[in-house]
Amino acid sequence: MAEQSGMIEIRWHGRGGQGAVTSAELVAQAAIAENRFAQAFPSFGPERRGAPVQAFVRVSDLSPVKVRAEITQPDVVVVLDPGLLPIVNVASGLKKGGIMVINTKKTAAQLRQEFGYTERLATVDANRIAREVLGVLITNTTMVGALVKATGVVKMESLVEPLGRRFGKLADRNFNAAKRAYDETVVEES
Amino acid sequence: MAHKAGMEVSMAVSEVVALTDTDVVAAYPITPQTHIVEHLAELVANGELDAEFIPVESEHSAMSACLGSAAAGARTFTATAGQGLELMHEVLYVASSMRLPIVMTVANRALSAPLSVWGDHSDVMAVRDTGWIQIFTENGQEVIDNVICAFRIAEDRRVLLPVMVHLDGFNLSHMIEPLLFPEHGEVKDFLPPNNYPLPLDPRRPVAMGDFGPPVIYTEAKWAQEVNLQKSYDVILEVWQKFADKFGRKYNPVETYHGDARTLLYITGSFSETAMTAVDSMRKAGQDIGLVRLRLWRPFPFKEFRKAVKDAELLITVDRAISFGGPPPIASEIKAAIYNEPKKPKVVSFVGGLGGRDIHVDGFETIVQRGIEIARKGSQNEYEIFGVRE
Repeated sequence: MAEQSGMIEIRWHGRGGQGAVTSAELVAQAAIAENRFAQAFPSFGPERRGAPVQAFVRVSDLSPVKVRAEITQPDVVVVLDPGLLPIVNVASGLKKGGIMVINTKKTAAQLRQEFGYTERLATVDANRIAREVLGVLITNTTMVGALVKATGVVKMESLVEPLGRRFGKLADRNFNAAKRAYDETVVEES
Repeated sequence: MAHKAGMEVSMAVSEVVALTDTDVVAAYPITPQTHIVEHLAELVANGELDAEFIPVESEHSAMSACLGSAAAGARTFTATAGQGLELMHEVLYVASSMRLPIVMTVANRALSAPLSVWGDHSDVMAVRDTGWIQIFTENGQEVIDNVICAFRIAEDRRVLLPVMVHLDGFNLSHMIEPLLFPEHGEVKDFLPPNNYPLPLDPRRPVAMGDFGPPVIYTEAKWAQEVNLQKSYDVILEVWQKFADKFGRKYNPVETYHGDARTLLYITGSFSETAMTAVDSMRKAGQDIGLVRLRLWRPFPFKEFRKAVKDAELLITVDRAISFGGPPPIASEIKAAIYNEPKKPKVVSFVGGLGGRDIHVDGFETIVQRGIEIARKGSQNEYEIFGVRE
């Protein structure tokens, strides 16, 4: 498919209520704060708590993002919920040379064996981090940190302002969770 | 100074409505417009917008409340989508016939059945003849800019008509994107206070929307039509003044590589995806451009004829079906150019119904198929893109 050059496309997989859309929004807002072009949106339709959902981010350095269709051939896939791996083909359409950032207790090698993933993997136990830092099992902001580690799509410090706007008093804790994930995410060499 | 923020377009609409110092919002939430109404309710509840928020029990009531509010001289805003717009239907005619300057954003949505909350232009087409000024938008910036312009157009004494600003449901309403927000003072400068000439006032009673027997109905309707036609010049004037102040210019017909021999037509936010397809096809050596209507009512006949007269082929994509008839926008486009000595051949498609995406390669397929039909001819009035039969 033809596309804009200098653009990175990220697809998030989560469950309704896990905050995939919020993560997508935070990354877009961080990129916009860096004076780049970005767009974020949910998989369209009624909200269904617990059901597998997607969210999308496009970040472009050179020109405003024009395409508004859902992302079917992402450069990056982020998986918020390890329970989705057996039931959703999260790798669908992932570009050659792309990367998947997965919340899991397992190693990349174990995932590869179990699901046959062919592209690079970045793994982190975001459930543990979220439980320890946030006290709740909501991994969306944690996984933003993992995404930044794996891709460098935005700078960690660019997240501070959007997190503050979104979470107010809880912003620091969410940033700390993202930071922990940034430190702990294991990224496969290319 | 304007400030830039990454925000969902729906929320941005509410923020901009607040910048216009709207007096009354009467609205009922419906997907995909809900966030507009929710955020407005929030702004009013937080004291950030000093307005009456009327939480009505249906869209029919929403528009009815807007009638009263606008007739009293209050700056009036509402928003709806799909089935909600349909439920308003009969009241829409009253708003325009009574010359009430209401501004409404419509997050365009498909119509039931089967139930669909997703986007297309079925709802727009069903309200084509309601006498409202109607503006299409393609990205978030265009939406918020045109909401500001819509108030100035609607409330202009030479116009006094309601205005719909259409934004595609989800593809625009639910997008978070970078947007430039003007400051409150800049909007105040651009948008003078609403000065409705005959506001309802118990001290000076008037009758509005009265009984219209055959002796007067034709004249009333003609006066309304002449008035809507005349609004055209004011719309251009407002867009020019907006450009002078804010540096972004809107036109009744927008083109992208408009001098190409083959032109693609699409309405609303899909045009930006189509532009990417145009870029890619041009790179491959095809002489292709894009044309879109920004202004749907009043229809910009002259500008549209001018925009397409040198093209050989015009490939239209409607996001709505007119059952048993031609695709609605294609039909108007054909009628507009039929008597012209120089005009392109028109090949029509319907696509993007009920939230079905048309990707970049989809537009490329449409163009190639359109060229093939133009060469070989077809038994069909139009083709429906990507349908499984």
